[in-house]
Amino acid sequence: MFDLDTIRKDFPVLQQKVHGKPLVYFDNGATTQKPRQVAQAINDYYEKKNSSIHRGVHFLSSQATIEYENARETVRNYISARDKAEVIFTSGATGSLNLLAFSFGEKFVKEGDEIIVTEMEHHANIVPWQLLCSRKKAILKVIPFNDTGDLEIEKLDELITEKTRLVSVIHTSNVLGTINPVEKIIEKAHNKNIPVCIDAAQSIQHMPIDVQKLDCDFLVFSAHKAYGPTGIGVFYGKEEYLKQLPPYQGGGDMVDKVSFETTTFNQLPFKFEAGTTNYIGAVGMAEGLKYIQSIGLNNIAKQEYELLTYAKRKFEAIGGITIYGNSATKTSILSFLIDGVHPLDAGMVFDKLGIAVRTGTHCAQPIMQHFGVDGMIRASLSFYNTKEEIDYLCRGIEQVKMMFT
Amino acid sequence: MSEITDIEQEIVEEFEIFDDWMDRYNYLIEISKDLPIIESEYKTNEYIIQGCQSKVWVNADYKDGKVIYTADSDAIITKGIITLLIRVLSERTPKEIIDADLGFIDKIGLRENLSPTRANGLLAMIKQMKLYAIAYKAKHGAN
Repeated sequence: MFDLDTIRKDFPVLQQKVHGKPLVYFDNGATTQKPRQVAQAINDYYEKKNSSIHRGVHFLSSQATIEYENARETVRNYISARDKAEVIFTSGATGSLNLLAFSFGEKFVKEGDEIIVTEMEHHANIVPWQLLCSRKKAILKVIPFNDTGDLEIEKLDELITEKTRLVSVIHTSNVLGTINPVEKIIEKAHNKNIPVCIDAAQSIQHMPIDVQKLDCDFLVFSAHKAYGPTGIGVFYGKEEYLKQLPPYQGGGDMVDKVSFETTTFNQLPFKFEAGTTNYIGAVGMAEGLKYIQSIGLNNIAKQEYELLTYAKRKFEAIGGITIYGNSATKTSILSFLIDGVHPLDAGMVFDKLGIAVRTGTHCAQPIMQHFGVDGMIRASLSFYNTKEEIDYLCRGIEQVKMMFT
Repeated sequence: MSEITDIEQEIVEEFEIFDDWMDRYNYLIEISKDLPIIESEYKTNEYIIQGCQSKVWVNADYKDGKVIYTADSDAIITKGIITLLIRVLSERTPKEIIDADLGFIDKIGLRENLSPTRANGLLAMIKQMKLYAIAYKAKHGAN
């Protein structure tokens, strides 16, 4: 069922050597590699099907439109949305959050209102809200996390006031790996009639998500972290909200009638898809999601959990490593520091050993501030990684320790 | 004292001995211990160089017509790199520093070894060192 050798053959990029060493790719949190099925779908599109969607009456255009709308249906099915019209294609999770912050802000946020995020957000779920807050003189409030890396969600009760307009939380931390109890957060917020947005950029590729069961009001993610291409992502919203939100960007395709006096807008989902969309990206994205489904999210979760536990055990055996994010519920992300070694020094040595890890602040500076560090090393694992690769990283850590301490 | 270009040539020859970057890193780690460390009072945000993933502080004094650099970094390989720069540029006249083209950085492959953002950090370091020289030249009308 889960055959690693077969799976790895789907990822040509993993077969190469860098600096003369076999590539060990542990930067999946930044972006995953793409299976050849995705590259093939994109290539096929350019070679045989390319045409702008929703406009032409000619054969290619209508074929392209059908494929684009099929991709939307694949996404709908993947997240179990009620209706295809609730799935908006954007440039990615960041684009989606900016859309939401703008359109939701225009409609529902006024001076003195409050938006709640968490202390472990990616900058993409902080800065758009700060921009909104400065535009509207609104206030950004923060749910803190403890040193284990778990949200102190009991504090949400006191953070929510009659001024709260939206809660926007990261589902799975890109640094700590924590899978946040979003069901509880949604329940608490909904009890006060406050909508909730889930940033699923780091969860959509690791675990099954059913937006109807979850009952989140908005959900965002990027394709490129889910084995698909860059520059495409999803903004999901409940229809009742999407209908009320004003458009984010204006342009072609999002309109109904245009004159210099007045313009009326197209129906959902097109109201939020101005201009020629990344239709080829959408098709690639759908292919990536189908690839995930072909392996099975439960198989993926199981394999990645095994890798995570294996890596944690090996790290403990080496000693002198501090892991940041030790929640009982976490995905296969290991952020760590080797005692007495600057992450950049370690990262530079890992690179020469053929190991790709991320070093720095991981677009989540508040987390660095929480732990009082300038940066961390992050190994983010995917189902296509192996225990041998983890062993190799551990030997790399031993070598780093020898060189720098 | 030898010319700047002589020191640069020396460094290029030292680097030629090494087969790979792991050895070069070990060498940079070794020489990082020779870095003339900046006084702790200058290890402030004012003296920090922007554009580096690691923190780098550089200060320059002026004595007998020459610029003397001190520096520090929280990352050791970075420290080794500054040690190289100081070995080439410190205790030189402002004019020598301003005119130095520092071709050794490309010759030893340092720039291409760094990612573009980190290469910018290296350039920022050099720029800051040259700015000190320019400032002292202006202040003392020195050569």
